[in-house]
Amino acid sequence: MRIRHWTWGLLAASAIYLVSVSAMWHPHGLAVPMKLSDFQFFEGDMAAQLPAEGVMPYTLNTPLFSDYALKLRFVRLPDGQAVPYNDSVVLDFPVGTVIMKTFYYPEDMRKPEKGRTLMETRVLLHEEGGWSAWPYIWNEEQTEAYLEVAGGSREIQWRDDRGKKQVLNYLIPNKNQCNGCHVGHDELRPIGPTVRQLNGSYHYAHVQGHQLAAWRELGLLHGGPEEWADAPRVPVWANAEDGSVAERARAWLDINCGHCHQPGGPAETSALNLHIQEENPTALGVLKKPIAAGRGSGGLEYSIVPGKPSESILLYRVDSDDPGVMMPELGRQMIYPDAVEVLTEWIAEME
Amino acid sequence: MSSGKFFWTLSLLMVASMAWGQKVTWQDIEKELQTQLILAEDGDVIDLPAGHYRFTRSLSLDRKSNITLRGAGMNETVFSFADQQEGAEGLKITHGSNIVLEGFTVLDSRGDAIKVQYVDGITFRDMKTAWSGKPKKSNGAYGFYPVQCTNVLIELCEAQGASDAGIYVGQSAHIIVRNNRAYENVAGIEIENSSYADVHNNDAFNNTGGILVFDMPNLTRYGSHCRVFDNRVYDNNLKNFAPRGNVVGAVPAGTGIVLLATTACQVYGNSISGHRTAAVAMVSYYLMDEDIDDRKEPEYDPYVTNISIHSNTFDEARKSMPNIRKQLGLLLFLKFGRDVPEILYDGVVDEDREMQGYNYAGPAGICVRNNGPVRFAFLDLSHGRKADPIMEPEGFDCDKAPLEAAELTLNNE
Repeated sequence: MRIRHWTWGLLAASAIYLVSVSAMWHPHGLAVPMKLSDFQFFEGDMAAQLPAEGVMPYTLNTPLFSDYALKLRFVRLPDGQAVPYNDSVVLDFPVGTVIMKTFYYPEDMRKPEKGRTLMETRVLLHEEGGWSAWPYIWNEEQTEAYLEVAGGSREIQWRDDRGKKQVLNYLIPNKNQCNGCHVGHDELRPIGPTVRQLNGSYHYAHVQGHQLAAWRELGLLHGGPEEWADAPRVPVWANAEDGSVAERARAWLDINCGHCHQPGGPAETSALNLHIQEENPTALGVLKKPIAAGRGSGGLEYSIVPGKPSESILLYRVDSDDPGVMMPELGRQMIYPDAVEVLTEWIAEME
Repeated sequence: MSSGKFFWTLSLLMVASMAWGQKVTWQDIEKELQTQLILAEDGDVIDLPAGHYRFTRSLSLDRKSNITLRGAGMNETVFSFADQQEGAEGLKITHGSNIVLEGFTVLDSRGDAIKVQYVDGITFRDMKTAWSGKPKKSNGAYGFYPVQCTNVLIELCEAQGASDAGIYVGQSAHIIVRNNRAYENVAGIEIENSSYADVHNNDAFNNTGGILVFDMPNLTRYGSHCRVFDNRVYDNNLKNFAPRGNVVGAVPAGTGIVLLATTACQVYGNSISGHRTAAVAMVSYYLMDEDIDDRKEPEYDPYVTNISIHSNTFDEARKSMPNIRKQLGLLLFLKFGRDVPEILYDGVVDEDREMQGYNYAGPAGICVRNNGPVRFAFLDLSHGRKADPIMEPEGFDCDKAPLEAAELTLNNE
């Protein structure tokens, strides 16, 4: 059994190698394919984003806000390999893993059946030398996405969940900007797929199931508690029924800010740590003076003043769309009032 | 557009161009240059020809070694970020080694101008960072902003208009800042939580504060070993325009050199003149935050220790009104009126050290010697803000062994 798995792993590895080699003639000389379809992640019509065999779709309880774009997430582990369970940091996917995230806008957030526009697919590759991140941009015809290391932009319109028309010059990050968020302790890594984020349900075509239960059953995950209720879980922050205001606020801060604002992350220089495990109130910003905020301070003295949202720099920066002020500093241009509201409540009820 | 309107716009454009002293044609190389930066290979020299270029997003260089970005000179190659839609800095360089930036200007970025983080070996030469117009709080915080770097060289550069510090080196080690000009910033040059820093032969003038050496709590590292020498620090009387909340916001206009919670620093051979509030001040972090003991990590030392201020020349603006908008300035005014002594020490001393027979001439102490006919005041703030200052206190007339020079390892010559 073991030997067979090993062989499959080798085969998978050589398949990836072939894909890489076939792309060596890319004009940029980069060892990744020029076309997203070359990853063979999807079956049939690319725009339908139907996962091919061995590709696992997944979702997160509380995702990063990206100017209201919706996202489709997929992971492919090397054949026969599994990711070991851990309850605190991002899952340690084996070498050969590929993760993809496609960003799209439905024409109407209230009527998903009316159609959608795929904007970009971000690819994370785990090779011997570590992870690397690659942005692919979808063509107008929605038949293919092409590697574009410099990123790009594209105007998009949609109707929001109140039916209001929104127009945005959507920005697609360049490769360095991908790295800017996906770095920690000098190495690139995925951000979203932690147990606490995956610990929830997923609609697999016609079946609804528990994500981690499905992963374990399919042999993609090994270890972990018998009952998934015993594993850490962040709430679905947008669901007011799911967890306290503080739990929802911390879940939002963790996924939107915690990847930079943690020891070893690029924002460690600020001494403000917003990852979910942080328990020191000063590090979380309570009565903490800014270090290098510049005009990001908004003329306020502390990151968080308990009970006083309007005197808290953290909220001022989340509630801004000025590139020199706003947080997160990348990945959004719009203000997210729902997040502002939950964070406001959280600070207001702090003592 | 009516023809009248057209001519009006045209003449405005021409005025704008004439203000530059030449006709400026803005060019767009954004995508090409960003692609080049992403695909750069070890040893590449990327030429940035003379011209004016506009950018809408931050430029970035990540995980590269031995790369030179070379413009035609700070006044020849100009990058403007006035139209910036995205990014908290103009140019951002991360996780690399031996990077050289020379011969171009970064203008009007929305946040910081040039941020460099986690780089071993970064050289800035003949570079300028600036914000157009009068100094204002909507300008970005830092001009030159290496942070968490090692082997940092900043030379022959100009920094203007930063709403925090023009030249700022933070949480870094092995640093030389020399032959630069910093003006119209809140802080001209600031070294923060850094060690082995030499700051010499710079001109820091017309800022709020000329040269600051700070050590702040709860950061990734703490600083020590700096030498501030042979600088010309003058007329730093600009109104503080830092947004409130920032630590430099506490610096009163009219400040020459400030050492805040600094350890092992020597200030000598500088010419310091024309400041309305304080020429040289040594202060503890308690002046910023009286309750820091409740919040700081145990290894942080909020006191200013092991300092030598010697052989500087002073020509200060006597009988001038200190800036009382800031607490420190007000405190000085209440104690000294219009006649603030040139060298000030807050006198806040660790009680434990005092109990152990702390003496100023000892290793943790402070020496002030050979600065010409200047006055030195010990403010004794340990005993409350109303304590009487002690003029020309005893025990400070001493020498320290010179600190070793900062040594850099740069493989990019």
